[in-house]
Amino acid sequence: MAEKIKIAQYWGAGCGGCDVALLDIDAKILDVHAIADVVFWPIGFDGKLKDIESMPDKSITVSFYNGAIRNSENEHIAKLLRQKSVVMIAFGSCACYGGTPGLANVTNKKEIFETVYKKTQSTDNPEFVTPQAHLKVKEGELELPEFWDTVKTLDQVVDVDYFMPGCPPTVNLIAMAVDAVANYVTKGTPLPPKGAVIASDKTLCDECKRERVEKGRRIEKIYQAYEITPDPKKCLLDQGIICIGPATRAGCGAMCPNAQMPCRGCMGPTRGVTDQGSSMLSALSSLLNITDSESKMSEEQIMTLMTQVKDPLGTFYAFSLPKSPLRRTVTERGKRKVS
Amino acid sequence: MNSEAVHAGSHGGDGGSEHFEPKILVFCCNWCSYAGADLAGVSRLQMPPYFRTIRVMCSARVDPEFVIRAFEKGADGVLVAGCHPADCHYIGGNYRTRRRMALMKMLIQQFGFDPDRLRLEWVSAGEGEKFQKTIIEFTNTVKEMGPTPYKGGV
Repeated sequence: MAEKIKIAQYWGAGCGGCDVALLDIDAKILDVHAIADVVFWPIGFDGKLKDIESMPDKSITVSFYNGAIRNSENEHIAKLLRQKSVVMIAFGSCACYGGTPGLANVTNKKEIFETVYKKTQSTDNPEFVTPQAHLKVKEGELELPEFWDTVKTLDQVVDVDYFMPGCPPTVNLIAMAVDAVANYVTKGTPLPPKGAVIASDKTLCDECKRERVEKGRRIEKIYQAYEITPDPKKCLLDQGIICIGPATRAGCGAMCPNAQMPCRGCMGPTRGVTDQGSSMLSALSSLLNITDSESKMSEEQIMTLMTQVKDPLGTFYAFSLPKSPLRRTVTERGKRKVS
Repeated sequence: MNSEAVHAGSHGGDGGSEHFEPKILVFCCNWCSYAGADLAGVSRLQMPPYFRTIRVMCSARVDPEFVIRAFEKGADGVLVAGCHPADCHYIGGNYRTRRRMALMKMLIQQFGFDPDRLRLEWVSAGEGEKFQKTIIEFTNTVKEMGPTPYKGGV
């Protein structure tokens, strides 16, 4: 057997679930062990950044980067791993699309610090002490990563070879990626084309086993998932529960709908779509209660109908805000006040 | 559509509000609103020249992503014009459109935009004057709001 390949796994702004997901592949981890040495994995064992820095460029075969990029350290390590790796994989929804941390793009550093270090009930911080990037003490200078206003995806910071969406990526998808790399290393099977998303190209509905109305689909009223007990066999969207499945990439095996929970869109937009949120907005709007008396409905009535969707941004962009064309919220500066 | 009017809208940055020449994108459905805009043009109705028209087969062809993209590309306002209710060439396209645009207004407001930067209007093939009136009104609204707050998503 030839020399083992080297892999690295790093977490940026994420929850650590992706790191754990890598262990969920069970016995397949032995396949990984057979072909690879893990050179860097902060959640797994102690590794030093300077060791990575001293490695020659392109000496790591595959780097799995999970988590979004929201501070200078995330960016620094993303760039470092990119420089040292042959293949860079955005692992998980946060690295691919910003994920849940990406929803911070509706606010900014100042507001986040005020909430976290001042306003929360359990915080007692009368002098409003907040983390500083640099601090001089008598022993020397202390340094912390710089926190940013805007959360970014991995591919907005470095060149990314493959994308593995999912929150976290499922065992099947990880096994698929491990096999692809293992076959490449042991048999020379070519890797997928650069930029490929390691998942299906179809929508989640294609994988979902629930029965949907084929003709004349219509939603009378929108319910929150906790408001009704859904019919376990029928499509959740048909029952008025907002399920992001129609605008979401398949590949996860429709686990959430199978467990009676609506899809929230962690697999990101389907192929050819850049804005998952508006894709779902479009799909949902078309289903809402169009009747024979439609032409008599006023625009106000339509607005009342649509305000059933309580939080369009949070619902439709739950995992993809930093990857959407607008990336973050803006502030009107004109004389008019937004009501 | 008077092509001069379209081209004359070339832009002069985000200077003071007095010299502000807004960029307004107008989606017109092929069957009613584009014909209405055409009528306004051939009737030589005077309109502020700050809008660009894109003809689509139906107002329901205006994917919400188009609106998001327009704002991303720096549009100061987006107008979607379609057939009156009950007049849609495809029977129910405009009913989808008005649901989408109502929800889009809520969405762009959450994104921080003034929701009035997006407007939906019904313009029939015979309503050249309504097209003119809509453009004048919308241009004034956008001018009052000032340049788009979007600065490249940073």
